[in-house]
Amino acid sequence: MAALAKKQEATAARLDGLTVPASGQWASEARAAALGRLREMGLPDRRDEYWKYTRPDTLTQADAPAAAVFDTGEPPLFDSFDRIKVVFVDGVFDAEQSDELAGEGLTIERLADVAEKDIHWAKELYGVLEAKGQTPVERPLAAFNTAFATDGVVIHVTGKVAKPVSLIYQHKAESSDAVLHHVIKLDAGAEVTVLENGPAAARFNKSMEVNVADNAAFHHVRAQGRDHERRAVTHLFGRLGTESVFKSFTLTVNGRLTRNEAVLELTGDDAVAHVAGACLGDGDFHHDDTVFVTHDAVNCESRQVFKKVLRNGATGVFQGKILVQPGAQKTDGYQISQSLLLDEDSQFLAKPELEIYADDVACSHGSTSGAIDEDALFYLRARGVPKDIATDLLVMSFVAEAVEEVESEELRDEIIGRLESWLERRRG
Amino acid sequence: MLEIKGLKVKLEEEDKQILKGVDLKVEAGKVHAIMGPNGSGKSTLSYVLSGKDGYEVTDGEATLGGEDLLELEAEERAALGLFLAFQYPVEIPGVGNMTFLRTAVNAQRKARGEEELSAADFLKEIRAKAKTLKIDADMLKRPVNVGFSGGEKKRNEILQMAMLEPKMCILDETDSGLDVDAMKLVSEGVNALRDAGRGFLVITHYQRLLDHIKPDVVHIMADGRIIKTGGPELALEVEKNGYADILAEVA
Repeated sequence: MAALAKKQEATAARLDGLTVPASGQWASEARAAALGRLREMGLPDRRDEYWKYTRPDTLTQADAPAAAVFDTGEPPLFDSFDRIKVVFVDGVFDAEQSDELAGEGLTIERLADVAEKDIHWAKELYGVLEAKGQTPVERPLAAFNTAFATDGVVIHVTGKVAKPVSLIYQHKAESSDAVLHHVIKLDAGAEVTVLENGPAAARFNKSMEVNVADNAAFHHVRAQGRDHERRAVTHLFGRLGTESVFKSFTLTVNGRLTRNEAVLELTGDDAVAHVAGACLGDGDFHHDDTVFVTHDAVNCESRQVFKKVLRNGATGVFQGKILVQPGAQKTDGYQISQSLLLDEDSQFLAKPELEIYADDVACSHGSTSGAIDEDALFYLRARGVPKDIATDLLVMSFVAEAVEEVESEELRDEIIGRLESWLERRRG
Repeated sequence: MLEIKGLKVKLEEEDKQILKGVDLKVEAGKVHAIMGPNGSGKSTLSYVLSGKDGYEVTDGEATLGGEDLLELEAEERAALGLFLAFQYPVEIPGVGNMTFLRTAVNAQRKARGEEELSAADFLKEIRAKAKTLKIDADMLKRPVNVGFSGGEKKRNEILQMAMLEPKMCILDETDSGLDVDAMKLVSEGVNALRDAGRGFLVITHYQRLLDHIKPDVVHIMADGRIIKTGGPELALEVEKNGYADILAEVA
């Protein structure tokens, strides 16, 4: 275990300079426990199997590498939506830009406020799903987040909420380093949509823990901003009750390094979990989707749909697993990860995994890497569509299966419209 | 309209000559049919004319309205007025049929320096044209050719032709995979587009399509050449006796 001891030593040295945010009793305990887990596991390094395709060093090092702020010159995503805005600038809550943290059918509080209290319901979830998600695969950067998160939102959803909660992450300082942690609790039969958008900071470590009680529905649509140099590691933990629904979609365009982990556990019968992502990478772009879905109940459905369009040396990574526990009969598991490589310099690294301990299940998975379909390209060009536009149409066609995972037509159209206009602008 | 002289084409990937000197002239307002056995080069001719990659022209020329086709990209040929109705229309998931067609129509207009069609005008036109081809609103909204039956795909090709209003239409085995009713519907669509200013080149294996789309001239193609040219009666002869007689006669 020399390697582990060395890792623990390096981690201890790295943590030496850090102070756990001052908190009340419950949060102090949660943070201390997370810190304990982290010291035990050690921060990831490039020798870790789970980090084989993505180098963690810039995510773990003391200082966030600088990232230029990119002015897109366009209105932010979801701008026209009626929503509850919660704005963070470089990881710091901005009351002025935010709406009142209130809405029908839900309560919203800031983690920074909640953590100061000695007792709060958030204790049930904060760091709890994260701790559970550490087995069978360690996620040290999530433990780091639980220990050091400075803010976030703590949402309790009690009814069917019409207005989405919109978390907006603005990036304004070149070397900002942000750690945010959100906790979302949906009561039985409750429903909410949570939107996230923006680059957040030069380096962003974000966790979201979501507990979806029986018959509740959680919808999550995220866009990670267009800053070219930003780095991000995010964890999405979900626990699903009976007949509950969890649907998450992420759009990533640009960003030097992105590692998005989703760790979902279906614990109640007849639950549905979909997690999807589309990314468009150009040049110095490394995007990693790491997904772990555990079926621990009967007759549940899970889908993983990830599409990556890569060019000019961009790299895409997919590590996706479906684990079907003993007794999780009638599981319907589906996983697809595909890349569209627009040139020979780009690469896609995929590790799809199924691990099944029940005998009456249907699980399928597929992973492909390919170039533009020449027949389709010719078909479009033969109709008079110039090659660059035809290529972009085929890019839209390629990502469609992932975007279609967004249930709301309005949100889907917003995503599609944005993608189309970005592609159009890129063509010049 | 379309003029092909001594066209010789080989596959880019392998040293295989497909077209060995094709001469053909299609005048405006006329329908020419090309028939021929499998492997004679009919489809290759349609691909080479419309600009598909993978072929190398080793000799000869092809012009449309006097413009050298072979120098142009596929989309430039389309803008010039060339249209290929595909034997196997390609499915494009995630791209709406309507979006695709509007992109195509406006790209061609733009290439010709014409004003783009407004959304309202486009909608009005496509609805009217779709109706005559019995293409319903649902088919227009669905992704291009995805989940379409064989007949629907071919009708969709004709709808594209009707919307793009090309000068020269090449139909590559448009009858393949069609039942009698579908063939009738497709043929009516084609016949409605027959016009003094428009030429047609209909590639087919069988005479039956030519019962519906009556040709002015029939060519027989074999082994990369046009070996015989005649009137509609030539198609009937093929139907009756097969290609063997004609091939023997020429050899």
